[in-house]
Amino acid sequence: MAVDAQVMARSRRSRRGRGHHVYTLMILPAAVTILLIIAFPLAYTLWMAVHEYSMGASGPPPFVGLANYRQLLSNERFLEAIPRTFLFTLIGVLGPTILGTTAALVFARPFPGRGFLRTVFSLPMMATPVSIALIWQMMFHPQLGILNYLLSLIGIGPQPWIFSRTSVLPSLAMVETWQWTPFVMLIVLGGLAALPTEPYEAARIDGASRWQVLRYIALPLVWPYIMVAIILRAIDALKTFDIIYVMTQGGPGTASETLNIYLYLQAFAFYNIGLASAVVVVYFLLLMVMSVGLLITRQKTSWQ
Amino acid sequence: MTARRLARRLAFGGFVALLMAPTVFFFYWMLSLSLKTDVDNLSNPPVLVPHALTLKNYVYVFQSSPLPRYAVNSVVVGVGSTALALLLGVPAGYGIARSRRYGMALLILVARITPALSFLIPWFLLFQQLGLSNTYHALIVSHLIIGLPLVIWIMMGFFEGVHPDLEDAALIDGCSRFGSFLRVALPLTRPGIVVSGILAFIFSWNNLIFAVVLAGPKLQTLPVAVFNVMSFEQINWGPLAAAALMITAPVLLLTLAVQRHIVASLAAGGLKG
Repeated sequence: MAVDAQVMARSRRSRRGRGHHVYTLMILPAAVTILLIIAFPLAYTLWMAVHEYSMGASGPPPFVGLANYRQLLSNERFLEAIPRTFLFTLIGVLGPTILGTTAALVFARPFPGRGFLRTVFSLPMMATPVSIALIWQMMFHPQLGILNYLLSLIGIGPQPWIFSRTSVLPSLAMVETWQWTPFVMLIVLGGLAALPTEPYEAARIDGASRWQVLRYIALPLVWPYIMVAIILRAIDALKTFDIIYVMTQGGPGTASETLNIYLYLQAFAFYNIGLASAVVVVYFLLLMVMSVGLLITRQKTSWQ
Repeated sequence: MTARRLARRLAFGGFVALLMAPTVFFFYWMLSLSLKTDVDNLSNPPVLVPHALTLKNYVYVFQSSPLPRYAVNSVVVGVGSTALALLLGVPAGYGIARSRRYGMALLILVARITPALSFLIPWFLLFQQLGLSNTYHALIVSHLIIGLPLVIWIMMGFFEGVHPDLEDAALIDGCSRFGSFLRVALPLTRPGIVVSGILAFIFSWNNLIFAVVLAGPKLQTLPVAVFNVMSFEQINWGPLAAAALMITAPVLLLTLAVQRHIVASLAAGGLKG
């Protein structure tokens, strides 16, 4: 019997191991496709960033070394876009994380209609961003918009929302928060569902209050999931394009011109391909550094 | 005791209502703007409950723009890129899950992190040189970058959930490795294929930036078309809201129809376009 089992195990192992070339063949087409649509553009961009490209010129674009990068470092519009992008990202991460975690704690408890309400709650992240931006733009309207009317009902004066240089960024981040709170909620809810229930019960029996259970047991246990949500949210908020482009196109003036919008305008409105490529490189490095940094933070926190 | 319990329940219910309010109100307002008359839409203070409902805004949208043509574009690009993503991504997800080659997964993460615009500049130039700009091909290939990583990522998880012993039985019975993928693993992971396909389609349908850059006037997808109309008619709210609702309605209905699976996969994958 024992020998039988051993033979079985060995043959099973070898059977699984032997098929590797089949698996390689199955992975290959997708791997090649992804490399072609990712690696090629990245390599091309690195090359472009050290050349002076101009639309319609004949012959290969001349090599200009680091000129595009140097131009970027002295470009005020670019330099102003960076802190703006970070401010937008900060609100766009904090808002959804706090609200989404709260929502997850609510949806983790059983109550009638929970499944349906949870789906309705997650609709903003599925809806077409152009539609969302369009309706929010109408709601933001200073005279006819519903938001200022609702504020007037609770005695708050009219706000300029996306139509003033100072309030445009927070207003856009508010839409971002509205749109992506369900994303954080779903990830944290997944985490809560995977948690063991014994620690809660033990703590409740030992006389811990609801708040204490939440603060000292549930939140620390679910923290790795919250970190994952924060990482993904930070990456996405840094890249936000649709809602900003549709609602303000970087305006008023350049008050909501984030890196992504700046990049778009440089590349496809002014056709400064060389400069835009340099922006892509800087932008990509920024995203990589942040992702790795957040991943390390996550590793550290999950060991505790 | 029961009174306290009732109070607690009411408080919880109130909290749930508060949580749902921004979402529910937004979609209510979208619907209401699209069904109200101009007079109601432009009145101050705003009309919360419409005095009269009208379909005039919807009729106007169809009369003033070739919406069906843009819808065809959106469907062709969405279905095309989703089919390609499934064809390439499902076997790849299986291969990665079985051979445990997670280097590929890293490649997918890079795709997830990179901003779309950084692909777009080289593609734009390349497609122009190949004479492919302003074709369905260019759009479908570009939308693959949204769908393919998503399909691989979700299917990887589903295939890991299929116990290898199930397939060993097929292999012992003389089935080839690819045969056991087709006859055993694939049928067991049908929900994953449905969900990843639907998500790939939704994110392709929603995408604005690829078509803005790569599509000419005739190939515009719905979001681009609505965005272009919008810049001309700033204050014509009724028709705009009707258009906005019509382009996002298929997505919302799909989400509601397969809600449970989508929610689970999104939570597990954390991946979006």
